[in-house]
Amino acid sequence: MSYVQNTDGDREAMLKAIGVSRIEDLLKPVERSLRVEGDLDLGEPMSEPETAAALEAISKKNCPASSLASFLGGGVYDRYIPSVVRYVLSRSEFYTSYTPYQAEVSQGTLQAIYEYQSLICRLTGMEVTNASMYDGATALAEAVLMAHGIKRGGAVLIPRALSPRIKAVLRSYTKGRGIEITEVPFDERGEMNRAAIDDLLAEGTAAVVVAQPNYLGVIENAAEIAALAHDRKALVIAYVDPVSLALLSPPGDYEADIVVGEGQSLGNPMNFGGPLLGFMATRKAFMRQMPGRLISGSLDLDGKRGYVMTLQTREQHIRREKATSNICTNEGLCALSAAAYLSALGEEGFRDVAVQSLSKSHALYRLLKEVSGCELPFGENFFQEFVLRLGSPLGNFLKKAKAAGILAGIQLTDDFPELGPGAILVAVTEKRSRADLERYRDIVKGGA
Amino acid sequence: MGKTVFEKSSSGRRAFTLPPNDCPLEGLKQLITRKGPVGLPEIGEQDLVRHYIELAGKNYHIDKGMYPLGSCTMKYNPLINEELAGLGGFTGLHPDQDVGDVQGALELMHGLERALSEICGMGAFTLQPAAGAHGEFTGMLIARDYFLGRGEKRKVIVVPDSAHGTNPASVAICGFTPKTIQSNELGLIDPAILEKEVDGETAVLMLTLPNTLGLFEREIAEVVRIVHDAGALVYMDGANMNALLGIVRPGDIGIDIMHVNLHKTFSTPHGGGGPGSGPVGVNAELADFLPIPRVIKEDTGYILSCDSDKTVGRIHSYFGNFNVLVKAYAYIQTLGARGLKQVAMDSILNANYLMNRLEGTYSLKYPGPCMHEFVLSARNLKKNGVRTSDVAKRLLDYGLHAPTVYFPLIVEEALMIEPVETESRETLDAFAEVMERIAQEAKESPELLTEAPRHTPVRRLDEAAASRNPDLQWRPEEK
Amino acid sequence: MSPEECLYTKEHEWIYVENNVATIGISEYAAGELGDIVYLELPEADSSVSQMDPIGTIEAVKTVADLYSPVSGQVIEVNEDIVSNPEAVSKDPYENGWFIKIKLSDPGELDVLFSYEEYRDYLGEQEAEKHEEDDMMEEEDE
Repeated sequence: MSYVQNTDGDREAMLKAIGVSRIEDLLKPVERSLRVEGDLDLGEPMSEPETAAALEAISKKNCPASSLASFLGGGVYDRYIPSVVRYVLSRSEFYTSYTPYQAEVSQGTLQAIYEYQSLICRLTGMEVTNASMYDGATALAEAVLMAHGIKRGGAVLIPRALSPRIKAVLRSYTKGRGIEITEVPFDERGEMNRAAIDDLLAEGTAAVVVAQPNYLGVIENAAEIAALAHDRKALVIAYVDPVSLALLSPPGDYEADIVVGEGQSLGNPMNFGGPLLGFMATRKAFMRQMPGRLISGSLDLDGKRGYVMTLQTREQHIRREKATSNICTNEGLCALSAAAYLSALGEEGFRDVAVQSLSKSHALYRLLKEVSGCELPFGENFFQEFVLRLGSPLGNFLKKAKAAGILAGIQLTDDFPELGPGAILVAVTEKRSRADLERYRDIVKGGA
Repeated sequence: MGKTVFEKSSSGRRAFTLPPNDCPLEGLKQLITRKGPVGLPEIGEQDLVRHYIELAGKNYHIDKGMYPLGSCTMKYNPLINEELAGLGGFTGLHPDQDVGDVQGALELMHGLERALSEICGMGAFTLQPAAGAHGEFTGMLIARDYFLGRGEKRKVIVVPDSAHGTNPASVAICGFTPKTIQSNELGLIDPAILEKEVDGETAVLMLTLPNTLGLFEREIAEVVRIVHDAGALVYMDGANMNALLGIVRPGDIGIDIMHVNLHKTFSTPHGGGGPGSGPVGVNAELADFLPIPRVIKEDTGYILSCDSDKTVGRIHSYFGNFNVLVKAYAYIQTLGARGLKQVAMDSILNANYLMNRLEGTYSLKYPGPCMHEFVLSARNLKKNGVRTSDVAKRLLDYGLHAPTVYFPLIVEEALMIEPVETESRETLDAFAEVMERIAQEAKESPELLTEAPRHTPVRRLDEAAASRNPDLQWRPEEK
Repeated sequence: MSPEECLYTKEHEWIYVENNVATIGISEYAAGELGDIVYLELPEADSSVSQMDPIGTIEAVKTVADLYSPVSGQVIEVNEDIVSNPEAVSKDPYENGWFIKIKLSDPGELDVLFSYEEYRDYLGEQEAEKHEEDDMMEEEDE
């Protein structure tokens, strides 16, 4: 199968118009010795049914979390996606369009992103949101670079209870710039140790990152941490879960300077972890230091309202090596998903997603509390996710759970040895039922 | 202009309801600290669908017509790829699942890495970068760690003046310093100039092949030799790889590091600005520097390995834009070796056909034959008070999309045109006809151009006002 | 001040000196080339600057230019009105469109700057180069 529409007849006519006899004649600038001899080792072309069969066969070798009772989280969550979101994403007017450089014929994409920016501003309580970053990890890395730029240097404090993968991405992004990153340990409640923050904050610290809730699910006293940082003239970067913001105070309330997070939860399938949706918001005062595209409302020549990309002089295509970031293609379609998701759920529906995640995760926590040998180290101050410690090696437990159709959680001990052996991170979203929770409890009980 | 979703909101409406909550919220209210509502719109499903259909109607897109955007490779996005990427066996995978449960996903990733390595002649690929610029960043990290490992303090990245803006930006965020070299009168890298600019400070020459003028670097072999003799590496921005499929393998000609854009060359959609995917390939010597985790095939199956002490680390939370990888893999499977080569051949044919027809009507600074794209200039219309941007806007009035404009920077009033292989001869002819008519209009009634567009959902928007006083979120009090 | 009373740089800044204080802005030609100016980033009052250092940026919608200090010295005043109303630069680059005032540390530096006549010739040369290329184009067209 080929998607080329030229026939041999077309080719002949076109070559004649150009004035050459063979397509090879057009390849003159490419010296023969540089060219591939023969065919690439890629196999024969396939028809549509053959390709479909081949990929369907591959997909069947997977056992997707969505087909089981999944308690996996850690940044990517199994949530309900309204059919209207899938429908909007399936419209080729959106998915086959290019970056909206020609505003007059891109008003659909531009208005959708403007609405996305507005929704994220409301969720975070911030003034300015960009059109998206690759994922939560790179959004945080860019936020750290941005803070470092605003403060013209300085170290950055991050919570130890941050996703180990996000920490790794942050290291990759900052080591070339020589930015010092220091981890703040968590205390016995799983919260960022405030005394340690106080010790580590120095004159010239660029920023303190607070994760809300943190990777271990614990709700931080973000206001207190923000105040500590601001007292010492450091910026506050909040890494937040968007669904939690239906219930937790928005970072704008505790005067965060930059807010970032992972937006997969907002209407995007898990997709083995990509594409994700990095969101980033900030104060108006910092908008010129912000990376990424920004969409603004404006008026056309006839005074009609429309939308344009704005403050483009920050971006790579104009400022080149002096740009705020190199980002160009971002995750526009995932941002559209997020906008459609938040609009479909509305105030009540979105709150319900958060309430169900909160109440169901606590229901499981309470069920497990009754099981002997089952340790829950960090108390009840959490949103949708908590640490469970089983003590004994986890292999058997996870296998047994899987056999019962349950993905029990993410293993933590390798990344957080201080949690002791057999620690897992358990996430409970609105998709889980009370029956799922009871099954989970029964497996723990049987194995513990 | 239509209303925003906020203005269509009416309290109490909704487009989605969850099953009832079977767990109590009792005793948890103290955890709820948000004081007021979020302020989300409330709208019924029908009106929400209509809202998005209204927006959809204001978008140009590939399924509507040709996108002659140079260096963007806006080719047709095959429908079957969308269907396959939507299979539950792919979309429903959580990235922290046990490798035993994701063997299909790993097989696909491994297969795609192998296919890209074969197409590009590279030793190994990573699929982690989420976009082309992210790939450039990854490539620069690899170069940096490579030289650090050798104890060499090379800080300079040489970039031709025809380079895309992401190149110098990616260089800068990795702590390198970009140094621009001028193209010669043929629009190519001049080995004599290069020889003078490359020295022991140079880490990498970053080039685009074919370059952004649509020209193949005729002296590429000499260029590579000069860079390697200086102990530096050659990075290739693969944005224009469409022209080389099955014809030139970058690895074979000495490219050390490169990225490809799956959302250009391998037919995955642009999504109005992403998600894309920018896999990075390296020669065998640099394979250990690739980001972790890497997919490894063992006798018992596929594993994810973090086992490398040279790796640059992670550059994405998980494995990159997996959903995009599925589409690119399906595309490569469908086309096979012969189909991919046909892509390159017809992209070159289409570009030369169009260039040949439009040369003269617009001026052509660098003569062909071109590869997959070419750059015209509208400077011959300046005497009529018409600029390239006016030509672009007039195209919109004819229901077409504009080419890439004002780029590359070395061509005044540039119009960079890439017709891609999937467009038919009739489509190219129709585009050329409109371009010719516009050039005629520029002479006879230039106001048709300077006042264009008039037949689009909105006319030219006040960008200066937006830049001075940006309106970045909808607020009720402003209405 | 009138354009004739000013000195100029190759980067198109103008400078008007009175009592050892230099007032600085950009020429009408530069303002015209940039188009709609949307944002100015100027040095803070009291900061020290050196001759031909980049000391700020001038942003239009799709271009950005660096502002270079024509002289060395200390910034003693910043035109806050123009910062909050940057479009005025295009309308009135010489009177209300001034950017900053600098107390000179080395008046000798003024010697390297263009006089009004020299600047006018410099612009003329640049334009001529462009036209030459355009003329070549014309021939190609035919």
